[in-house]
Amino acid sequence: MALPFLVDGASGNWYDIRDLSNISRLILENADKVLPQGIVYVLAPLIGFVASFLIFVLPSQLIVGVYGERKIIGRMQSRYGPNRVGPFGLLQPIADAIKLMQKEALTPTSADRAVMYIAPIVFVAPCVLLFAVIPFGPRMILANIPVGLLYFLAISSLPVLAAFMAGWSANNKYSLFGAMRIVAMTISYEVPLVLALLGVVLFTGTLSLQDMVFWTKEHHIWLVLLQPLAFVIYFICVSAELNRTPTDIAEAESEIVAGYLTEYSGMKWGLFYGMDIGYALAAAAFGATVFLGGWSMFGLDRWFPPWLIIIGKTHLFYFLFIWTRGTLPRLRSDQLMTFAWKFMLPVALANLFVVATERIIWVKGDLNDVALYGFAVLNIAIAAAVIVAWSRFLGYRPERNPLKPRMMKEARGYVPVVAAAKGDGR
Amino acid sequence: MDGFGVTAAFWVLAALTLVSAGGVMASRNLLHAVLFLIVTFIGIAGFFVLLSADFIAMAQVIIYVGAIAVLVLFAVLLTPRAGRDNGETKMAAPAWLLAVCLAAVFIFVIQDTNWHVLSTSPDLSAFDLGEALLGTWVLPFEIASVLLTAALVGSIMLARTPQEEAEDALA
Repeated sequence: MALPFLVDGASGNWYDIRDLSNISRLILENADKVLPQGIVYVLAPLIGFVASFLIFVLPSQLIVGVYGERKIIGRMQSRYGPNRVGPFGLLQPIADAIKLMQKEALTPTSADRAVMYIAPIVFVAPCVLLFAVIPFGPRMILANIPVGLLYFLAISSLPVLAAFMAGWSANNKYSLFGAMRIVAMTISYEVPLVLALLGVVLFTGTLSLQDMVFWTKEHHIWLVLLQPLAFVIYFICVSAELNRTPTDIAEAESEIVAGYLTEYSGMKWGLFYGMDIGYALAAAAFGATVFLGGWSMFGLDRWFPPWLIIIGKTHLFYFLFIWTRGTLPRLRSDQLMTFAWKFMLPVALANLFVVATERIIWVKGDLNDVALYGFAVLNIAIAAAVIVAWSRFLGYRPERNPLKPRMMKEARGYVPVVAAAKGDGR
Repeated sequence: MDGFGVTAAFWVLAALTLVSAGGVMASRNLLHAVLFLIVTFIGIAGFFVLLSADFIAMAQVIIYVGAIAVLVLFAVLLTPRAGRDNGETKMAAPAWLLAVCLAAVFIFVIQDTNWHVLSTSPDLSAFDLGEALLGTWVLPFEIASVLLTAALVGSIMLARTPQEEAEDALA
């Protein structure tokens, strides 16, 4: 497929910071002339590591992920958050890391030592692999494979195995509960997640994330407007799979100590904690790429570095995770399962049906972009209608529950607050 | 097969797959066997990548590692006594015999078949696969899914006891 707008993406000059690969290519090509042959293959990953650390890991993982999350949640809970170490408490993540490294990593005597040792490693590796298919610019993508979306889904199903290994190997009943819960939750939420993403794939007609961004750019519309229902389902499912607070039944501290992390300590625990943020960032980057237009920004990406746009969108998406974490209470285990199978799955199927119909109308009718804007308005209306109608239909209504308490039966519904206050002798 | 990278990847993947497949048989702990099985699945997915079948490789990881292995883990955990060591069996000698015979048959078939070797990689994408599955081969595809649904319903019917039926009718 010819992509004419690829040309004006980046000029190819070394000073063009819109595409950082120019600079690294210049460094590597000149180094290849000076150094003995083969050294550049060692140098390239080193440069990539340092660059990705400075550009992505430091601002995202440490400042936004650890510091920003604690600070924002502190604000939401009317407290200050970290404010002692360094200016505004900015050095708090580093202090945390040093503290974790000093701690002893204990292993229970009855634990399965080998599996318990391997589990954090298995947890870390897929997180790094996930970023291989995220496009950071017209040419700034490590592996532009034609099945990038499937690759992302495949790799993101691996960490649950690591969590299971961690929970099972500790030989502790709370750990095992946590492991069972995370596995059950992940396979439940994977189904609506994939169905929601299928709607996006139907519209764009591609499985490559880079081509999705190009599609967004070509039609001047973000997929969040075209697929609002899929966006909502993606957000909920992914936050369930990431095990973040409204849905973190696998490490619910009020129920099962710390779930599969109960027996972990020191840097082994630190790897799980750090990579939870890493996975959240990967999911945010993926969501930003698929739904928020990736590195494109309505022509702004011609003169502004696209990698800064996608990083900004990733942080915006990550803020949504922090926001839900700070505001919503944790759900119960059975509520989460019911929600996945009785609410998310039918809604995702309805979304798929609507998208398939619109896709056929769009392709057979040979319609232009204006039709897409019409579909966007229609889809937002359908999304609101489906969510409201299906939650009304399924929603828990106490007056319909046959097993209601006696007072509720006699008062026909909730007892009003005023009436209850009168009776308590004040 | 060309280039050092592809050859090295092939041998590394072959070693990984075979060693972990051996681990599945040799490990005394059932959970360890399942974990080895997962590594075997991932190694096979790597082979699909080497054969430039990206879609099948990803499907292998999603279905076998993400779903089937997790279901096997569940089955092992929910089965009483399965968490303990593998017991001894009287059928060890016949099993070995059967395995050797099967291996001999496989090796004979692999040696005997006249494999077609393509000089260039076939230019097939997920799009072509989708066209084939939902166009030419739509009937077998649908029959397979109906068969799976029937198996699912049947297994639920077999596994449920009358007591559970009565309890669920109340809830």
